[in-house]
Amino acid sequence: MAASDLLRPLSLLLLAALAAVLVSVATGSADLSLEQVLAVLSGGGSELQRTLVLELRLPRTLGAFATGGLLAVAGALMQVLLRNPLADPYVLGLSGGAAFAALLAMLSGLAGWLVSGSAFAGALLSTLLVFGLAHGSGSWTPARLLLTGVVMASGWGALITLVLAVAPARQLPGMLYWLMGDLSQSASPGPALALLVGVCVLLMPLGRTLNVLARGPLQAAVLGVSVRPLEWLVYLVASLMTATAVTIAGTVGFVGLVVPHLLRLLLGNDQRLILPACALAGGTLLVLADTLARGVVAPEQLPVGVVTAMIGVPTFLYLLYRNR
Amino acid sequence: MAMLELRELIVDIPGRTDGAPLSWSAAAGEVWGILGPNGVGKTSLLHTLAGLREPRRGEVRVGGTPLPQLSRRQLARRLGLVFQEPQDGFPATVLETALVGRHPWLAPWQMESAADLARAREALYRVDMAHLEQRLVTTLSGGERQRVRLATVLTQDPGVWLLDEPTNHLDLHHQVAVMKLIRALAGEGRTLVMSLHDLNLAARWCDRVLLLFPDGQACWGPVREMLVPAALENLYGQSLRATELDGHPVFVPG
Repeated sequence: MAASDLLRPLSLLLLAALAAVLVSVATGSADLSLEQVLAVLSGGGSELQRTLVLELRLPRTLGAFATGGLLAVAGALMQVLLRNPLADPYVLGLSGGAAFAALLAMLSGLAGWLVSGSAFAGALLSTLLVFGLAHGSGSWTPARLLLTGVVMASGWGALITLVLAVAPARQLPGMLYWLMGDLSQSASPGPALALLVGVCVLLMPLGRTLNVLARGPLQAAVLGVSVRPLEWLVYLVASLMTATAVTIAGTVGFVGLVVPHLLRLLLGNDQRLILPACALAGGTLLVLADTLARGVVAPEQLPVGVVTAMIGVPTFLYLLYRNR
Repeated sequence: MAMLELRELIVDIPGRTDGAPLSWSAAAGEVWGILGPNGVGKTSLLHTLAGLREPRRGEVRVGGTPLPQLSRRQLARRLGLVFQEPQDGFPATVLETALVGRHPWLAPWQMESAADLARAREALYRVDMAHLEQRLVTTLSGGERQRVRLATVLTQDPGVWLLDEPTNHLDLHHQVAVMKLIRALAGEGRTLVMSLHDLNLAARWCDRVLLLFPDGQACWGPVREMLVPAALENLYGQSLRATELDGHPVFVPG
């Protein structure tokens, strides 16, 4: 792969991402034209327009972008780590731990950042549990990690149902929205965006090494890869990304599974291309999904997780069918 | 100088406590064959020599340096391993699979250059796979995959080659082609150590052999001295008859 092979797909995806962000910011209950949005972004516009764009819509849109990008890159990393196309932070129970902790916080009457903080702690706790238990005394294998994660995910699922069953009726809508993904709480997307960019930069020099790891740990080892430290790094980075995404938006399923696959079908499986492409395409997908979630039945909002599934499932099935 | 040296090495085979220490060294240009029945630890020995498993005791030296003193990357420039089992995770093309052999030679940021691609293509040509370079490895036959695995190590270009049953899955023509390739590599000054099940291939193409017996004993030496019916019958628990053809011993089951 030459550097020029990266440039074309990534610039196309970048353009798509910028377009999606502009459309998202321009869409809402008070319609703004693209010119007005561009005027505000370049420092002009009326007071009302500035408040609307810079304080309400842009943070939410960027929050959606960061969440989608983080989930897609985390999914791609997990798939390389486990050499399993079905691996995804959600399958591994990370989101389950986050969701249980968040719901528990809501049940005890907490709100705002305390709920987000609990989600973050829950995701990391789940990560440590899964990795610790899968590690055990014997050898660490992808199948064991995947099975441990799946079993943990079922356990979290049962606990979540328990919380929903005992929760007072007035709290249920908020909890259900959180479970299906809710971007209305995302106020400060800065740290998440910084993490997304930081991880992409960190992973760039590791891209070819990850390609070798995707061929199996033994093959990677004889080709000069220090497998175990790399696996730890990948797992921790992917967990941190998932925990951050869950903290912003609740559990948005599906992005981490489908975006990397879609891109692999279209672009091949070179991680130097796939990882940055996942960041851009995952972000774009969630921005578009959130725009639809806000717009389709306005002034009501749909949970964004429902919309990602509605867009993603048919697209994914079509691509699989076509590629047979 | 010995390219590969074993000092009092005992391979750690789970569930076994026996095992004679191995102390031999392979020089540049030598081809070694490892013979023994199923489950005797041929693959475990090769993986230990490649640093993928810890030995129970003793040490391995590659180019004079003990394995623990070499980083993975340094070792990958000196020693390559052709696996017996396919390791493919995600679908990849034949050319991409050969090209990963360049990994230990490239800096982290470096992209594969035209010269790297040319090396991978030349490797595929040497194993008669050039015409299939754009095919997905997962769609190939077992023998074709085996040749792609050889091409990856050809691209890697180490001085010491370990090969785990390199003629597995290969048809007769390609078995001979691979053995000729191995001899050519030895002729260029490399050291090759391979596990084999075919006595006649070992007798025809190896310089030295290591016999691994089921009771944990081992012996090694030149082909002429080692490959005699009495030792081989003991090795496999199978009666054999030997004859000679064009100066090489030939064995058939008795």
